[in-house]
Amino acid sequence: MFKKILIANRGEIACRVMATAAKLGIRTVAVYSEADANARHVEMADEAVLIGPAEVSASYLKGDTLLEVARNTGAEAIHPGYGFLSENAGFAEKCADAGIVFIGPPADAIRAMGLKDAAKALMVKAGVPVVPGYHGEGQDPDMLAAEAEKIGYPVLIKAVAGGGGKGMRSVSSPKEFPAALASAQREGQSAFGDSRVLIEKFLTKPRHIEIQVFADSHGNAVHLFERDCSLQRRHQKVIEEAPAPDMPEAMREAMGAAAVAAAKAIGYVGAGTIEFIADVSEGLKEDAFYFMEMNTRLQVEHPVTEMITGQDLVEWQLKVAAGGELPCAQEDLSISGHAFEVRLYAEDPANDFLPATGQLLRLKPPRERDGVRIDTGVREGDTVTPFYDPMIAKLIVWDKTRDMALQKLSAALDEYQVAGVATNLAFLGNIAAHPAFAAKDLDTGFIDRFKTDLVPEPLTPTDKDMAIAVAHLLLEREKAHKATRSATNDPYSPWDDLTAWRPNDTGHDDFKFEINGMEVTAHIVYENGGYLIDLPTGVLPVQVERTADGGILADIAGHKLSAAAVTQGDKIIVMTTGRQVELTQITNDFDDADSDSGAGAITAPMPGKLIQIFIDSGATVAKGDPLVVLEAMKMEHTLTAPRDGTIEDIFFEVGDQVDEGTVLVRFESEETS
Amino acid sequence: MTVLKSSLNTRSDDFKANAAHLANLVEDLKEKVAIIKQGGGERAREKHLSRGKLLPRERVRKLLDPGSPFLEFSQMAAWDMYGGDIHSAGIITGIGRVEGRECVIICNDATVKGGTYYPLTVKKHLRAQEVALENRLPCIYLVDSGGANLPNQQDVFPDRDHFGRSFYNQANMSALGIPQIAVVMGSCTAGGAYVPAMCDESIIVRNQGTIFLAGPPLVKAATGEVVSAEDLGGAEVHSRTSGVTDHMAENDLHALQIARSCVANFNKPKPMQLEVRKPRPPLYDPKEIYGLIPKDMRTPFDVREIIARVVDGSEFDEFKKNYGTTLVTGFAHIHGYPVGILANNGILFSESSVKGAHFIELCCQRNIPLVFLQNITGFMVGQKYEAGGIAKDGAKLVTAVATAKVPKFTMIFGGSFGAGNYGMGGRAYSPRLLWMWPNARISVMGGPQAAAVLATVKRDGMEARGESWSAEEEAAFKAPIEAQYEEEGHPYFASARVWDDGIIDPAESRMVLGLGISAALNAPIEPTKFGLFRM
Repeated sequence: MFKKILIANRGEIACRVMATAAKLGIRTVAVYSEADANARHVEMADEAVLIGPAEVSASYLKGDTLLEVARNTGAEAIHPGYGFLSENAGFAEKCADAGIVFIGPPADAIRAMGLKDAAKALMVKAGVPVVPGYHGEGQDPDMLAAEAEKIGYPVLIKAVAGGGGKGMRSVSSPKEFPAALASAQREGQSAFGDSRVLIEKFLTKPRHIEIQVFADSHGNAVHLFERDCSLQRRHQKVIEEAPAPDMPEAMREAMGAAAVAAAKAIGYVGAGTIEFIADVSEGLKEDAFYFMEMNTRLQVEHPVTEMITGQDLVEWQLKVAAGGELPCAQEDLSISGHAFEVRLYAEDPANDFLPATGQLLRLKPPRERDGVRIDTGVREGDTVTPFYDPMIAKLIVWDKTRDMALQKLSAALDEYQVAGVATNLAFLGNIAAHPAFAAKDLDTGFIDRFKTDLVPEPLTPTDKDMAIAVAHLLLEREKAHKATRSATNDPYSPWDDLTAWRPNDTGHDDFKFEINGMEVTAHIVYENGGYLIDLPTGVLPVQVERTADGGILADIAGHKLSAAAVTQGDKIIVMTTGRQVELTQITNDFDDADSDSGAGAITAPMPGKLIQIFIDSGATVAKGDPLVVLEAMKMEHTLTAPRDGTIEDIFFEVGDQVDEGTVLVRFESEETS
Repeated sequence: MTVLKSSLNTRSDDFKANAAHLANLVEDLKEKVAIIKQGGGERAREKHLSRGKLLPRERVRKLLDPGSPFLEFSQMAAWDMYGGDIHSAGIITGIGRVEGRECVIICNDATVKGGTYYPLTVKKHLRAQEVALENRLPCIYLVDSGGANLPNQQDVFPDRDHFGRSFYNQANMSALGIPQIAVVMGSCTAGGAYVPAMCDESIIVRNQGTIFLAGPPLVKAATGEVVSAEDLGGAEVHSRTSGVTDHMAENDLHALQIARSCVANFNKPKPMQLEVRKPRPPLYDPKEIYGLIPKDMRTPFDVREIIARVVDGSEFDEFKKNYGTTLVTGFAHIHGYPVGILANNGILFSESSVKGAHFIELCCQRNIPLVFLQNITGFMVGQKYEAGGIAKDGAKLVTAVATAKVPKFTMIFGGSFGAGNYGMGGRAYSPRLLWMWPNARISVMGGPQAAAVLATVKRDGMEARGESWSAEEEAAFKAPIEAQYEEEGHPYFASARVWDDGIIDPAESRMVLGLGISAALNAPIEPTKFGLFRM
């Protein structure tokens, strides 16, 4: 086995690989860009090396730099993770040339599967079923349109070198074909430098089912059953599960056998995934699945396979790469229970799932326990940057049955607290709680079909939310106060009391929020170390404390609940079980230390000559607008509107000489209430 | 450190009866304060609010650091005087934190007769300035007042400690580097105009604050000029033309925000001369004080039971425990600050007086603040004691108290009678702050004693003239005297006249003492030069 490996990746997968390496006593070398200097994967590794600026092309994709780091640190092997250089045959070759083990398949196998049409042809040869389609070299648009007719609409146009949904278009009628083709070609060209496309039959109720395969360099190959990744949004997987619901055993065997055959056909070594598409318009049938593509790397969703098989796939990868045999034979592998994985992303469902960036002001995953696993590369306080994939974490749950696992998934999502960046947490929660998902009404169109149910609506804050927001503000105030006071020479003064102490009276405070455009005041009266909060629905006694993990333990009228809240500008984000809501605080702070002059007159600040007048009588002006220019002492002085208002009268003309204090313009400010 | 062990039986009938009694007194006090803090009547408050102004206690709260305490002085000032509705004498004063600094706040209550100055308004204003001066605390004036209360002008204007003294104080405090800030939130007429004019920095609220030596009616009467209040002395005039004010604000909140930023720029660190410790609460619940104070003030009890419920960790290192035992002296900490405590445990004898003087010398040597826990009927009388020199020994204690320069604080928890008041840091001895408990009494002597003295004098005279005086007649003679002493010795009567800085809930003694001591540390502790001790 290796003594030391380099992980040529970042984020959760780098951390995931290091966890197994640590378990096996293998030392790890992390690499990091300037943007990742304080990242979790850097902290977890035994040593870490800076490889360049934030842009991936200048850091994580620099194969030569990575090899140099591996040589300098004495790493015997490189684990590429997924993405980045994981499916780069050239890099795999360079590793081999440098005498460093690439933990992945041989370069030839990567290449064989890299181009989709060639891969398909290879599979047809190996007897693996493929979707009817056109995979030829000819790219003449008319000819392609004719092929599409032959296959029968709807069809799918895909960039030959594509992946991850890029360069992919579904077309339902011949009329739409030319535009869709051009667009797919453009995208293929810009993303992969290759505009060539292929055309396939578009299945109406398809499920995405993939088989995990593993092969060693001694000629052994097994499969570790299937994963169902049908829940996708724009071809991006959202929730994965294993095993596939309602999978007939015969179909599983057929798919497994086909996958193993595929791997063997290309002399595969290591972890790989054969993606199939199954048409379930008539349920899962052993003769209705088609080869899509092979991913020659460890998949993001590999943990669900680990959960149902009890195997550590990274451990398998390391063993195989070190020249060992597969740890298990096919007959030793079996499925136990059911597992789900959801991908928590920094993205904004309300804004068409646009990737979001920012600091994770709060990140508290559910308690890790039996059957609840979190794979993550970030911690609370870390920043999601625009440079990399905005995935925050993967939540993986397992239980004996699908129903039990699904219930556990819902509960774990409810427990998740993440704030500071927009996330798809509530969206994931809505999927997990959706009856159609529980009823296994799955296909790749699920999310589009139920979109209105799934995309979360912003919530209106309740009284309880406001009570927690107030608790948060008080705890924050106490924290800030303690920090400033402890730095003084009078650190224990009773003046540091924060209950607005008054002789023979109770202290009070008020906090104002804007809710649905209305100002709502939460009035509190301090009492017994806590306070009474007077809310629209009544007066509630509250006791609060900060928990060790930065959360809030609130006792509201005897109802104890865990919550969390963070401040982001004038927003307070309150998190309770399965609920996240945003409140806007009204602070009544004034921006200006001082008011400017208001109503009345604009006077000449010194004697001088009027050289320019910008306004007419009756003009409406905004604060700061130039009114007139006065020349005095060889300098030009522009007099501006002191506030929003109207010009009532102008008393002079350009060229007039005026004395100091002369009223130049009469000005009426806008009424301020 | 010695930890005091309480021997109080909190389950005894006596305890319960005492507790109920004092709790009633505290409840009554809080009820009165609830009335007082309303300020003027409902109509006056509504009118005030309708002008977009904040009520005065809200102005104070918004000026102070959020959530911080306000040690309000003499809430009961003018209670039951001037017709009974001049609550708090129309002015709110006290110490509060602004931008982390303890400041004296002086805030007019315009809902009480337009914030005009009654004699006690003046007294309370000057007393707050005195606190500021002695403790080197910046002053913030929240001005909204019609000036002197004209019907009462004779007791407001002419004398040394009348209205004019407040401007004298402003000038002299400024000279000592004690910042003076005014926020003009309403009228500042006539003499009142000098409050912002004599400040280091002043702020005015647009369309609300006005400053002028004579208001529009008087101007019209004097010169015939017709001018609006705003044009005569509004924010625009004073911020743009006259320069009387330095900052212009949109409204009350804005003005208070500006005042806070003025304070933030004081550059005036607190000179700490004490070795402070992390505070610990007393081992015994301060609420138990209610049960340990006897309903009948003549019933003796051990004052250490009070100390055990006031000081940090109930730790008290006694000095001369076995000598002059009617005065308990010793060192303790309150909210982490070291203090020397002198507490009455009976009448003052020669020994206890000398012990007290010695202990004050110790505290002055060590710069330790003094806390007097006062419950004293007086110095011992009688031939034996006069011959023993009680007068000169008492004088030693009074001299020590009078000349000690360390901060002194006095809490009257029982009787405050006669010369005992002097020896135990009474008002005339300039403690930095002095408070009374609601069960306390203060007078030159007890009511029954005064009645007995006067009755004896009268009986001696009558008997010399050969007249007779029946027991019934004597009782009828004594009753009104005792009633007068009871009324005038009552803390509400005392506090109404600002003989103290407030009546407090005994259970909060530790808090008010802690706040007072902490605020006092803003002034450097001067070395003490004692007066002559007659040997």
